[in-house]
Amino acid sequence: MAENNKKSKNKNYRKGLDIFLFLLPAILLFVGILIAPIAVSVYRSFQKWNGFSPGTFIGFKNYKDLFTSGSIHFMPALKNALIIAFFSVFVQLPFSLLLALLLGRKYKGERFFLTVFFMPVLISTVVIGQLWLKIYNPDYGILNRALIGLGLSNWTHVWVGDPKTAMGSVVVPTIWQFIGYHMLLMYAGVKGVSPDLREAAMLDGATNWQVDRYVVIPIIKPIIRTSVIFAVTGSLKTYDLVRIITNAGPTHKTEVPSTLLEDMLFLRNRYGMGSTISVMLIILCFAFALAISAVFKEKEY
Amino acid sequence: MEERYTLKKSNPALKVLVYILLVVWAFINLFPIYFMFTFSLKSNEEIFGKNVVGLPREWLWSNYSSAMNTGNMGLYFVNSVFVTAISILISIVAAMMATYALTRIKWRGANFTNAFFMLGLTIPLQASIVPVYVILSKLHWLNHYSTLIIPYAAFTLSMSILICTGFMVDIPYDLDEAARIDGCGLWGTFIKIIVPLLKPAYATIGIYAFLQCWNEFMFANVFISDKQHRTLPVGIKALSGAYTTDWGPIGAALVIATFPTLIVYIFLSRRIQESFIAGAVKG
Repeated sequence: MAENNKKSKNKNYRKGLDIFLFLLPAILLFVGILIAPIAVSVYRSFQKWNGFSPGTFIGFKNYKDLFTSGSIHFMPALKNALIIAFFSVFVQLPFSLLLALLLGRKYKGERFFLTVFFMPVLISTVVIGQLWLKIYNPDYGILNRALIGLGLSNWTHVWVGDPKTAMGSVVVPTIWQFIGYHMLLMYAGVKGVSPDLREAAMLDGATNWQVDRYVVIPIIKPIIRTSVIFAVTGSLKTYDLVRIITNAGPTHKTEVPSTLLEDMLFLRNRYGMGSTISVMLIILCFAFALAISAVFKEKEY
Repeated sequence: MEERYTLKKSNPALKVLVYILLVVWAFINLFPIYFMFTFSLKSNEEIFGKNVVGLPREWLWSNYSSAMNTGNMGLYFVNSVFVTAISILISIVAAMMATYALTRIKWRGANFTNAFFMLGLTIPLQASIVPVYVILSKLHWLNHYSTLIIPYAAFTLSMSILICTGFMVDIPYDLDEAARIDGCGLWGTFIKIIVPLLKPAYATIGIYAFLQCWNEFMFANVFISDKQHRTLPVGIKALSGAYTTDWGPIGAALVIATFPTLIVYIFLSRRIQESFIAGAVKG
């Protein structure tokens, strides 16, 4: 009996060790690169710190400055990220949904269109940014040339350099690039709706649009929720296209939290404030994800 | 009845409208790719002159040699391939091992640990950039391949575990028991039964992680400053800074970075689309 007990204890110990070893690589990566640095970021966000000397503890001052100090530009940066999020949710996603619903109706060429619409997702944002810079170029870009060709010379702009159009010139490629991504997710959902259900509704005299509105959309609601969460958190994290197209200019007009974060490290040596911005980003991403889930839950009843 | 049904189904005017929309949108998506390809083969005179959007009159392949030689795109391409491949490999191995422990061994805390890993799906990469940068620079570890490989493996880990879980729960548990009866331990079962049966998961994870790593710009831009270790996105940024007035070589660089992915996509489009769906819908 005692012998048995010892054996099973040994076995348990062995099993525990195995579980630990199986998890070890993932835990090292995950904790080492994500969790521990975040803990450090939280700690440093309460400090005035230049990255090299030991920091001084200043409580919530960084957080307060973030929202009140004009020289940090965090509020305008956050506003810009939210502008992108707004267009993402109210322009990009509805259009993606429209495409997904149309392609779900078995038009000829469905595969071709699906494949083409998804292509921009595969292209690096840096490449997309460079391409759009060429399109926007004030002297030789296609956009201004097309406007002149159409007799609309008054409409030409120094798109990227003009404070009035700079934000727009970032928003358009951002929205455009990921329409295909959201469309694909929604299309998968639309295809998952049983054809019998669609046919039954049509036999009852429903039009295609009514079927989409009352049958398909309610079924793919969880996918729409996922898309909304991706679109909003993705917008909060925007970096690549802003860095490439406008470089956050002119005069901070297109600054977003991530570009600001980078400046805190490389231009201003304010590592404490940089940490504060990254902590705020995490908080915002989680808060929006939770809020969006809550909104979708409420709508269910 | 039958007639009414078919009548409702096809409204010719609406159908034409829908096709116009689909074709216009397809054009908007294909045009930038066409534009990139054609201006990569033109001289400035053509791009800036009268032949802005047409096919190149004179096919200037020398733009490609400028991009490869002066612009170092060949090196950046190899760097990207290497960094991406090793990151994916590490991510897959770590994810498979972790998923095995989380789904096929019974222990208290498995659910909690899984939830812990899933935090990585929402956490923005930016969250860890400051401390990781400071530590790496103190250790003089910036400008290595591993400077990018380790973070990339970590960032793709949560999604890899999620995808692996989807595939692993589909493997019948009887197989584990049979292996156990044949005298295989946990490791034996893992290596002999699970790893070979997970082959479809490798492709899905690989495709998903490939794009994450291949196109990643922020970390590469912040952590890599020397020429030797630049990946394609950083290389393109550097090149466009060097060739502000000469568009052809920039176009060539964009094509070098983009076309290999697009060509693979054309052949494997269904498989690649399914990977993205698996990644998002299960999440």
